Amino acid sequence: MPRLLTGNRLETGDVLWWSGSGWSLHLKDAVDVDADGEALLAQLVPQERISDLALIDADVTPSGWRPRSTRERVRAVGPSVRPDLALPSLPVEAI
Amino acid sequence: MYRYDEYDQAIVDARVAEFRDQVARRLNNEISEDAFKPLRLMNGLYLQLHAYMLRVAIPYGTLDSRQMRMLAYIARRYDRGYGHFTTRQNIQYNWIKLAEAPDLLAELATVEMHAFQTSGNCIRNISSDQFAAAAADEIADPRPYAELLRQWSTLHPEFSFLPRKFKIAVTGSNIDRAAIQLHDIGLQLVRGETGEIGLKVLVGGGMGRTPMLAPVIREYLPVADFLSYMQAVLRVYNRHGRRDNIYKARIKILVNDLGAEEFARQVEEEWALVKPLGLDPPASELARIAAHFQPPALAADAPVDIDLSDPAFAKWVAVNTHPHKVPGHAIVTISLKAPGEIPGDASAAQMDLIADLAERYAQDEIRVTHAQNLVLPHVRRADLFALWQALAGAGLATANLDHASDIIACPGLDYCTLANARSIPIAQKLAVMLAPQESDLGELKIKVSGCINGCGHHHAGHIGILGVDRRGDENYQLLLGGSGAEDASLAKILGAGFDENGIVAAVATVVDVYKTLRTGPEERFLDTYRRVGPAPFKEAVYG
Ligand code: SF4
Repeated sequence: MPRLLTGNRLETGDVLWWSGSGWSLHLKDAVDVDADGEALLAQLVPQERISDLALIDADVTPSGWRPRSTRERVRAVGPSVRPDLALPSLPVEAI
Repeated sequence: MYRYDEYDQAIVDARVAEFRDQVARRLNNEISEDAFKPLRLMNGLYLQLHAYMLRVAIPYGTLDSRQMRMLAYIARRYDRGYGHFTTRQNIQYNWIKLAEAPDLLAELATVEMHAFQTSGNCIRNISSDQFAAAAADEIADPRPYAELLRQWSTLHPEFSFLPRKFKIAVTGSNIDRAAIQLHDIGLQLVRGETGEIGLKVLVGGGMGRTPMLAPVIREYLPVADFLSYMQAVLRVYNRHGRRDNIYKARIKILVNDLGAEEFARQVEEEWALVKPLGLDPPASELARIAAHFQPPALAADAPVDIDLSDPAFAKWVAVNTHPHKVPGHAIVTISLKAPGEIPGDASAAQMDLIADLAERYAQDEIRVTHAQNLVLPHVRRADLFALWQALAGAGLATANLDHASDIIACPGLDYCTLANARSIPIAQKLAVMLAPQESDLGELKIKVSGCINGCGHHHAGHIGILGVDRRGDENYQLLLGGSGAEDASLAKILGAGFDENGIVAAVATVVDVYKTLRTGPEERFLDTYRRVGPAPFKEAVYG
């Protein structure tokens, strides 16, 4: 199953997704880190710039990544009860 | 209202400077996240799902308009234009940037507010009766005692690393609006045999994973001695609380394991050692604090009769106002629960308006309730109509206090990193569904938590809902029969859980069963449940 690397930006708390070469605010930019996940974590954790780093499971759907857990879908979109604050890359209905 | 003296202000200012330095060092990678996180939490700053969340303490839920305007300003300047009033009578902001937090706290300090002791294993914000100093049913204003506790517990070195967090509530009335039986310590002002005021002490209540009602460990404690007695209670807990197991670390577990009698005996033993040390403040200090809480000068000849010919206004007066101890006045509850809206959320514009109205109509006082509403405690009845009109213009005149759509809901999985399930959407759906019939249903308290921590007080709900995780999916348990009032009881799980639509349908069924079983419209849901038990509800919900 595809695995995505995520965390929160230290300065702002923003939810971030690993895009292969850096961090993106948008789930659509995420890449499957596959077997490299642990190595990436081992490299990024000591840098202390991204908090709560985690590898999460996701499915591939025709409209893009769909994290397996509701929690990660909420993180990707924003609070489901404030669609006005949702990130433009994913509709609230995606939760 | 209490105003900071030079010591209070110096403590808060020093803490802001200290945190500014800590944040700067973290941003420069001079300290690790592991080292920084406890420091951040000690200043009320959590990392939630989408951003940092700041929890600002509102001591015993009392604010003036100057402070409310600052809360509105912070929502605009540092957040996304709104704040969330919590079940601890605090306010939370959901979109704070770490780099900006020190500036925010410095601005907050200018109105004598801060965010420390809103997290961590310390004595948290002291909560109290939102009708303090106004309720016709109270013995005395509980807030001077709450304020003394605030000062005593602020940065108390012995109690900054307790086995777990510690919550104290104080009330001055037999009608319990502060849920004292569900706190680590509940204090109730009572009169002794000769009429002097003392405190009844309850210890070991709480919600969360192992809900318990607090037993009384002392029926009467002279107020002059109460801080040394609190010191003794905390010492016994600090010494014997279960630091080895986070799920058994609250004082309720200790009191339950020892038994209330043995716990009380150990407290008395400790108190005998502590009392002679002179920890209790002199009477002049309590008098100094009490002087800040002088009741406002209200005219006792203010008119009582008002024009109630507008039915919407009359309904609001009947549902959202309470009798004031001074004739011709009323206590107004401003509902933050318009059906379909997010319980406890207020926009910056709404906060500003409430500050203006408090200044104009309510002696410049505002209270936050543990049910996530706001209160204007001292309003002339003659001003109620103008006040209601102004509130209505801002979506703040919903007449639903303690009714089915006045639902407590924690932030849940929409914001909270500990959550199993979303709470707010359930509350919104239930409120919209039940609002049309809520006048007929009478008092019905629904409370929703997104996880077992119980910030939404589900165990104290007439109807409680608890979000659980079922293999990665949101699932909801239904509980019935709880109360956080003077008739406190713990709600019990009715049966297997439901998905989002299922829990809404189950509540609809429960409400229908109540309507067929009640002896009449005057019998509350809770009383019907207590009379008939869970069986008919279970039968209807699960077949
Ligand atoms: S009850 Fe759980 S989900 Fe709700 S706010 Fe508390 S910790 Fe978060």
